[in-house]
Amino acid sequence: MSDSPKPAHRTPLTPRRCGLIIGASGGLGAALAKKLAGQETSLALVARSKDKLDALCRQINAKGGYALAYPHDVCDYDKVPDLLRKIVADLGGLDFVIYAAGINLPPGGIDRYNFENDRLMVEVNLIGAMAWLTPVAEMFQAAGAGQIVGIGSVAGDRGRVGNPGYNTSKAGLATYLEALRNRLTRRGVHVLTVKPGFMNTEMLKAAQGATPFVIEPEKAAEDIFKAMTKRKQVIYTASLWRWIMLAIQHTPSFIFRRLTF
Amino acid sequence: MSGNPEASKARTSMNLYETFTQLENFGHSLTSSCYRIRATNTEDIHEAFQLAKRLGLTVTARGTGISYNDASLNGGNIVLDMTGMDRILDWDPASGVVRCEAGVTLEDLWKRVEPDGWWPPVVSGTMKTTLGGCLGANIHGKNNFRVGTIGEHVTEFTAILPTGARVTCSPQKNADLFYAMIGGLGMLGVFTTMTLQMKRIYSGLIEVDAWHVKNLKHQLDSLLEHAPDHDYIVGWLDTTARGRSLGRGQIHAGRNLREGEDAQAQETMKLTYQHLPDRLFGVMPKALLHYFMNPFLNNFGVRLINAAKYMTALRDHTFRQSHAGFHFLLDYVPDWERSFGRGGLIQYQSFLPKETAENAWREMLVLSHRRGTPSYLGVTKRHRPDKFLLTHAVDGFSLAMDFKVSDGNRATLGTLLKDFDRIVLEAGGRFYFAKNSETSAETARAFLGEGVIAKFKKLKQRCDPNNLLESDLYRRIFKDIGP
Repeated sequence: MSDSPKPAHRTPLTPRRCGLIIGASGGLGAALAKKLAGQETSLALVARSKDKLDALCRQINAKGGYALAYPHDVCDYDKVPDLLRKIVADLGGLDFVIYAAGINLPPGGIDRYNFENDRLMVEVNLIGAMAWLTPVAEMFQAAGAGQIVGIGSVAGDRGRVGNPGYNTSKAGLATYLEALRNRLTRRGVHVLTVKPGFMNTEMLKAAQGATPFVIEPEKAAEDIFKAMTKRKQVIYTASLWRWIMLAIQHTPSFIFRRLTF
Repeated sequence: MSGNPEASKARTSMNLYETFTQLENFGHSLTSSCYRIRATNTEDIHEAFQLAKRLGLTVTARGTGISYNDASLNGGNIVLDMTGMDRILDWDPASGVVRCEAGVTLEDLWKRVEPDGWWPPVVSGTMKTTLGGCLGANIHGKNNFRVGTIGEHVTEFTAILPTGARVTCSPQKNADLFYAMIGGLGMLGVFTTMTLQMKRIYSGLIEVDAWHVKNLKHQLDSLLEHAPDHDYIVGWLDTTARGRSLGRGQIHAGRNLREGEDAQAQETMKLTYQHLPDRLFGVMPKALLHYFMNPFLNNFGVRLINAAKYMTALRDHTFRQSHAGFHFLLDYVPDWERSFGRGGLIQYQSFLPKETAENAWREMLVLSHRRGTPSYLGVTKRHRPDKFLLTHAVDGFSLAMDFKVSDGNRATLGTLLKDFDRIVLEAGGRFYFAKNSETSAETARAFLGEGVIAKFKKLKQRCDPNNLLESDLYRRIFKDIGP
């Protein structure tokens, strides 16, 4: 591949981390890739669109970073083990994995239903994460080290009228990550759940109704990088959402049933 | 010879992920995550190669992981743990010939042969190394100027090549492989057994002359002048001394006792006599010592320690010491390398011709002081050349310098070592692949020469056409140079 970055050897004086980002071609995934590429990190970037990935890798490598592209559809669950092994060998190890792949396909109204969309969201947002994070958890558990980051959503904190499938997929992911955390913390593995609110990405277009407190994905990437360094467990970005969601989570059902958001 | 299909199938169903392990170098300054697979017999080695080929991975053999650098690390790939192949297969106390598996350590070996009146001809500063690693790096001891590297005492070895072939090599048979695999960093094949000739001893003691040297010239002149009348010679160099005292230190020159010189030979050759004490001054458990060393391991503390050590060295004297005590200085304080703290330590060892050594090392020591990154420990030795393909030896001296690594000094130290490389290359020097962790492909090419690299790569192509044997070190230095 002509776009290959210069080999980056890990030595005591030039230590590097090896990271994998799934869902890296756009939005938050791409912002994370750019942020982490500047932190002495070798990156493997996975996404469906080869063209977008290649462009991103070129951009990172031109700035002296190290990123390799692996086009892949996260719904190809059976291909994960072979691809993961190849990635780990190409990177020369694996220190962290970020699952940032996610789609939001609203049913188009609070009285509409769309099983096909719901199924796709669960397949990408939840089952894809499980397909990738299962072998990763096995590896990190064996090594007694590693970091797993999952990008959930404030939408997973409460089932609302607008998009039941999306809520479900993100709630499932949050619960899955919590279970992984409870399993793996005792093995020296760090699991971080990220719950972004509205971000200025493609996905914002899918949002229903008002979109308060929109942040740039670069700001979220910055927050996530800090949380990884401090080994936080669950973060909201922007952090304001922690308090908003606290209130929403504690809103009694007899009120919540009457709300239209 | 190819793998047994049943066992191979068992390996296929093995969960590779469960073997994922974070491994370190000796100095705790480098970690690498690899799939660690244990070998307990030759069949396991064949299988590891088959597995690697099927999965598109590479393999490197690892013993006890005592190398200072990335020689036994293989990030994201397979590390074949050889410590399970640790049998001493034949030992003949009459001739002193021993045949071992590759995972036998120097400790296993000397403890077996010493009570019968023999000692390994060449040992490293620690007894924890495996023979496979010793051959792969072609180690030397304090007697390099007299007996050469360990490879010169190997009469035969067997190895498994990635092609599946089993080879037997000696200086007569498959000589090209013999001289390339010893010192070949495990990149041509995996050693399975080796036959070595031990050296006769007539006492469990070594007679050591210790004297101080006032500066670098005095240090090197002493090594040169006194090597011929001793079996072993080694210098401690105060890396923090400056000005007229630059390069000051102490020489220890040892001599094996001749028959009859030790009246208590029966006693001193017993294993109990050779044991390193567990306690310091009979009270302090040495296993805890590294915690107390840590507060002194900074630029200021080390100057104090080195100065105090030099003061005590001023008294020149002669004494007798056990073989284990004399040779295995690195084992004297258990886990001493942990006292260097979170960033760990690295060693920079350069080998220089006797004509150019003094000036080059003076320049390097001064540079390390000026940059504020002094070495914390310096050790000098006397060397002679040998005929191994990737040899590090010269007719001259070596200086090994330990450096503490921290988040704050990585960049400065990196620049310093690049300048060191330049100075050493200009002075016609060489490097040792078991030690330096920062040697670049360009530096290796400069001191080995294109011819040697081409020859090595040709053998690599012959023994390992699919490039199944790779390590982090191989990728750092050899992969992208040569044909």
